[in-house]
Amino acid sequence: MSHSLLQERSTFIRAIRSFFYQREVMEVETPVLSTATTTDPHIDPFTTVSQGRDGEGPERLYLQSSPELFMKRLLAEESGAIFQLGPVFRAGEISTIHNPEFLMLEWYRPGFTMEHLMEEVEELVSNFVDLPSIERLTVAEAFQQVLGVDDLYATTAEQLRELALSMNLPSAAEMELEWDGWVDYLMVLAITPSFAHAALFLTHYPASQAALAQISPEDSRVAERFELLLNGVEIANGFRELQDADEQRHRFQLEQEERQAEGLETIPMDEKFLSALKEQGLPDCSGVALGVERLMMLSMGKEDISEVMPFPIRQV
Amino acid sequence: MATVSTSEFRNGLKVMIDGDPCTIVDNEMVKPGKGQAFNRVKLRVLLTGRTLERTFKSGESVERADIHEEEYQYSYSDGDLFYFMHPESFEQIGADKAAMGDAEKWLKGQEMCLVTLWNGNPISITPPNFVELQITETDPGLRGDTSSGGGKPATLETGAVVRVPLFVPESERIKVDTRTGEYVSRVKD
Repeated sequence: MSHSLLQERSTFIRAIRSFFYQREVMEVETPVLSTATTTDPHIDPFTTVSQGRDGEGPERLYLQSSPELFMKRLLAEESGAIFQLGPVFRAGEISTIHNPEFLMLEWYRPGFTMEHLMEEVEELVSNFVDLPSIERLTVAEAFQQVLGVDDLYATTAEQLRELALSMNLPSAAEMELEWDGWVDYLMVLAITPSFAHAALFLTHYPASQAALAQISPEDSRVAERFELLLNGVEIANGFRELQDADEQRHRFQLEQEERQAEGLETIPMDEKFLSALKEQGLPDCSGVALGVERLMMLSMGKEDISEVMPFPIRQV
Repeated sequence: MATVSTSEFRNGLKVMIDGDPCTIVDNEMVKPGKGQAFNRVKLRVLLTGRTLERTFKSGESVERADIHEEEYQYSYSDGDLFYFMHPESFEQIGADKAAMGDAEKWLKGQEMCLVTLWNGNPISITPPNFVELQITETDPGLRGDTSSGGGKPATLETGAVVRVPLFVPESERIKVDTRTGEYVSRVKD
């Protein structure tokens, strides 16, 4: 990596830090290694083994795919507003916009609604990319606008499949997917490409794709979750955070069942996180994770994530 | 049946699609922020050269195609088939016109060619990158015009027609790039 790129990276990181320092958001560091991690069936964690303490057997550890669960434990201990810049790990994710290890910026804002946090994301991002104001569209509106689907939540998997077939999308006939899978399929093959030159917040994902977000109080079919898409690339994903510990446990269980059904490795639930949620409680807050290298790519006009990393995966 | 997972996809990998052996020419992982990841793949059907687009759920497996490539020496043609001999085992195989494709017009015999075999049968022939062939017919050049901009058609001993510079006479041996079908130089004996 050239010296000027390295310098640009350093300036970029410094600007992110000063953005949060000015707003009195505290910087924190949480562990990269943990005994638990996300149960999300679509994330493949790196695992490793360490000798246990005092004669205990070897202990399985996971490299974190996001600092979310640790940061929420800090929030439960009344940390207040916090941010973190650090490496996260996802096995098998390699493409022009994926590297198995990448730099994540994650921050949490007690008292912020999802809309309020989106405004802050927009303010941060405008420091790096020349943007008109960012459009806001719900997932259902995007399906309506791009694919002419009048009510996404009234569709069945079969109807979404027929839509994909009628659009001649590749392998639509061979795909075996559930409703959520078809939503993902149409999202990556039809909707995202149609926003290839746009700045857009996609909001209100289906409740079945809530991840760690609250279900919307106005509409139980959707979750208070948003993504920032710039030129068709996901830059950030945020939530009005779920506070209900029992609901959180239930979602982890569903994910574990899905992992099992798909023959994937069992991942233990993060009991320490669940107990913090239950005992201390998470303050009402919104949080967001942003892929720093993807924002760098846009800001520096690069086509491949490897061009903004000193040591991309092919060189380690 | 040997299968291969999408995580092992790379350009040049040979897989079976709808019963046809294909080679991967482009593979891209696409993933929504959260949710199912897919591999968008472009493939070339080896028998027809046609390009296909397919999408796989990441983690899915596909049947591998039994394809390998080996050097054979071109021997002769009986009109239907073109015969090649393995330089060590002396095993002889016959390729049909479809497998031969464009290679036919560059070969007169003895050349080492790259033969692509599917389940042991030749499906495509790649001639040497450069061949040396004699011109059997071409118009006499216009004297004095040696600029590279011009050129004239010349028929070679194998029947192929290439454009050569105006100064190149009939019965001259020339070097041709088979990948582009272009004249490279005259051959000095």
